[in-house]
Amino acid sequence: MRYLFRASSLALVAVAGLAVQPAFAETPGEIQASIQQEADGTPGFQEFSAARGEVFFRTKHANDWSCASCHSENPAAPGKHAKTGKAIDPLAPSANAERFTSPKKVAKWFRRNCNDVLDRVCTPQEKGDVLAYLLTVKK
Amino acid sequence: MSIKDQKFFRILAVALLAMSVTMPAAQADDDDHDEKYGSENRGKPLQPAQTNARFQQECSSCHIAYAPGLLPAKSWRKMMAGLDRHFGSDASLDAEDSREITAFLVKNASNRWSAPTAPLRITDSNWFKRKHDDHEINPAVWKNPKVKSPANCSACHPQAERGDFNEHDIRMPR
Repeated sequence: MRYLFRASSLALVAVAGLAVQPAFAETPGEIQASIQQEADGTPGFQEFSAARGEVFFRTKHANDWSCASCHSENPAAPGKHAKTGKAIDPLAPSANAERFTSPKKVAKWFRRNCNDVLDRVCTPQEKGDVLAYLLTVKK
Repeated sequence: MSIKDQKFFRILAVALLAMSVTMPAAQADDDDHDEKYGSENRGKPLQPAQTNARFQQECSSCHIAYAPGLLPAKSWRKMMAGLDRHFGSDASLDAEDSREITAFLVKNASNRWSAPTAPLRITDSNWFKRKHDDHEINPAVWKNPKVKSPANCSACHPQAERGDFNEHDIRMPR
């Protein structure tokens, strides 16, 4: 009986654990950690810098676009697609809890947007710097 | 025979004559819109009752999720094969998302319009040009920053996302 009780309470804990699992797959911190892992192996890697990330975010690159062209100069504010005009939710995690919580989405948008803005892929250093900057932006 | 009856028969005769002349054409094309829009016919572009979550999410990130019925299947296949250069932007998807969305688009594509050239722009179709020419719309409307581009359907068609372009619902922004 006692054994049965323990087994059923264990099952209950397991089910409850599933139920309270956060809606997001990962936290921005965990995403940053995996970018860090990627960056560690690259030559010339320096600690991520929010200041460098902010410059990168605001600078126009190869295609006359910057990150800010669509995500606005203030990443805690809503942006607007430079071409279609469609509204874009804020990019800073402080203003939009969904940001940087899905590794799949992060990979997809860095791939697309770096290609559009820089005409190439971003280095792990650049990605980590930008995320470091975005994490400092207050709502 | 009264004058009224004579008039009726005269109209009937003219109608029968007109039918005999137009019948062969009408049989070849069961819709008079075909002639009006060249060889194209847009059909009804309403969003299908059963939508697809990935289509909804992925295709509405940067613009409205254009209804599959707005383009023929050949066009959608071509579109999905070139997403890395999608009207000047990289809109690439992973293989699984791409496969599922392509299947949804092709299944619900316009089945009344098959253009051999597989156009990618909805605005390139004859019916679009005809419905939006200078005679129908003041050219100044296109210059309005709220309209921005002819691809921005919802600027004037509030139900565009549903694939509903009913003329009675049109609201031109000021």
